[in-house]
Amino acid sequence: MANPILETKEVSAWFGKHQAVRGISFSAEPNTINAMIGPSGCGKSTFLRCLNRLHEEVEGARVEGSVLLSKEDIYGQGVDPVAVRRRIGMVFQKPNPFPSMSVFDNVAAGLRLAGIHKRSVLAEVVERSLVQAALWEEVKDKLKQPGTSLSGGQQQRLCIARALAVNPPVLLMDEPTSALDPISTAKIEELLVNLKNDVTIVIVTHNMQQAARISDQTCFFLTGELVEAGETSRIFTNPQDTRTEQYITGRFG
Amino acid sequence: MSKAVALEVSQTVEAGPVKKRDLHLGDRVFFWILRGVATSVILLLAALTLYLFRLSIPAFQTFGAKFLISLEWNPVSEVFGAGPFIYGTVVSSLLALCISVPVSLGVSLFLNELAPKKLADTMGFLVEMLAAIPSVVYGLWGIFVLAPWLRTTVQPLLGKTFGFIPLFQGPPFGVGMLAAGLVLAIMITPTISAICKEVFRAIPDHQREASLALGATRWEMIHMSVIQTARSGILGAVILGLGRAMGETMAVTMVIGNRAEIDISLFAPAQTMASVIANEYAEASSQIHLSSLAAVGLSLFVVSLLINAMARFVVHRVDSRSAKAAH
Repeated sequence: MANPILETKEVSAWFGKHQAVRGISFSAEPNTINAMIGPSGCGKSTFLRCLNRLHEEVEGARVEGSVLLSKEDIYGQGVDPVAVRRRIGMVFQKPNPFPSMSVFDNVAAGLRLAGIHKRSVLAEVVERSLVQAALWEEVKDKLKQPGTSLSGGQQQRLCIARALAVNPPVLLMDEPTSALDPISTAKIEELLVNLKNDVTIVIVTHNMQQAARISDQTCFFLTGELVEAGETSRIFTNPQDTRTEQYITGRFG
Repeated sequence: MSKAVALEVSQTVEAGPVKKRDLHLGDRVFFWILRGVATSVILLLAALTLYLFRLSIPAFQTFGAKFLISLEWNPVSEVFGAGPFIYGTVVSSLLALCISVPVSLGVSLFLNELAPKKLADTMGFLVEMLAAIPSVVYGLWGIFVLAPWLRTTVQPLLGKTFGFIPLFQGPPFGVGMLAAGLVLAIMITPTISAICKEVFRAIPDHQREASLALGATRWEMIHMSVIQTARSGILGAVILGLGRAMGETMAVTMVIGNRAEIDISLFAPAQTMASVIANEYAEASSQIHLSSLAAVGLSLFVVSLLINAMARFVVHRVDSRSAKAAH
């Protein structure tokens, strides 16, 4: 753990009076895939949403602790959550392209928010991002069609391209394949492994096999706590905590 | 269940009639009552249309299609043309829309996107209560409060500042097109904002999170994820508001000044299709006068029908599209 790009210290999160995340300290090395596993309601999604300050958008929600992105606390005084979200990409469970926008405009949305409007720059970045998201070949003739006209798997890769367009160092993914069929899922998993070279990925998944297949580090969550974190191969072959062992062997969850 | 009973039940069921749907007497009576009620509503609409149509035949026979554009309406010389009323209806409704649409959008966005839930519930309720106030009460308020204020304060000020525009020229009457437009604007605001609120509420949260996660500010999120997505729904709400403004009678009759002339100035008195009928129907003595009023009514009826149909079509299209987007 020499030089983590993302590090959390004692992060807790609440919905009103209900505490969903309890004092989680975690760190992610650059160019790795970090999987968060655990049963429903264990707080893994809420924790993920603390990493780009999206959790606080829910009415009555609250976060404590600190999250360091390249050593800088994104919850520090005077830090603008909007600026934080521009530097950390996010992909959601349900593909959510903007229904009123074309494929091109969907990918360009983040750039336009950042104030980049030059057509040639946009075109170049949109192509690069779609190539990165392994979607370019499928949509290069449909750039003007609405983003919602694509298939579910394509829409999700479009959302990945949209997140990548602003060149974020970290990409958060909240069960990105749970709404997709196995073939689309396999495509996205392959894509994530390739993306590792450019970006650090934190992925919440319901699917333990997925975590085992693609991640470098696996973190097991239970009732808002981080039970165990470690190298994926070790977590799945030699878990230290009995609860982790019970979960990965399918005893509960 | 004992074996014997079970056997009996299965026998009854098997022996039961399968050839024809045999409704019980009560069901049949109920069915016929409901069918009668439903049919009578449609018959009523048809009868109403037919009656209006028959009544207005003499007017169209005498004045032809020119009835709809002719500017003269003179009960004394028995020359009738609906031009001033069509102008009045169109201008007063558009004026109301110009004032009401930005306000309604602001209200519905504030209630749905910005206000804390408790405040939004209370305020939303109060806004919807505006729709429950009888229109004659709006009319009274227009006569006793709004019109004097317009005459003494607003219109002189507008005349001084924007007097170079023909819309704001002429003597300040108080009652007139401007008063009608303002009262209508207040009356259609609850309609438009209630529908907009529903349209915005139907947009799933993950659409909002999509833009927030990209680093959108609250305003950028509202623009990208809410307004853009709801464009046609907003249009539907506006058209429904327009339909309401065009048909509104009582309040408009009370504040518009009732003069059958076209004057470009918003300060001048005018008259709408609805208000001329309300004003003159009781005193119309000649056959042709009555028939002309019926013809005005028929035109209003047809236009309102078209506007409502258009609004339904637009809203329906949005519903099916956002349903598709949600999958």
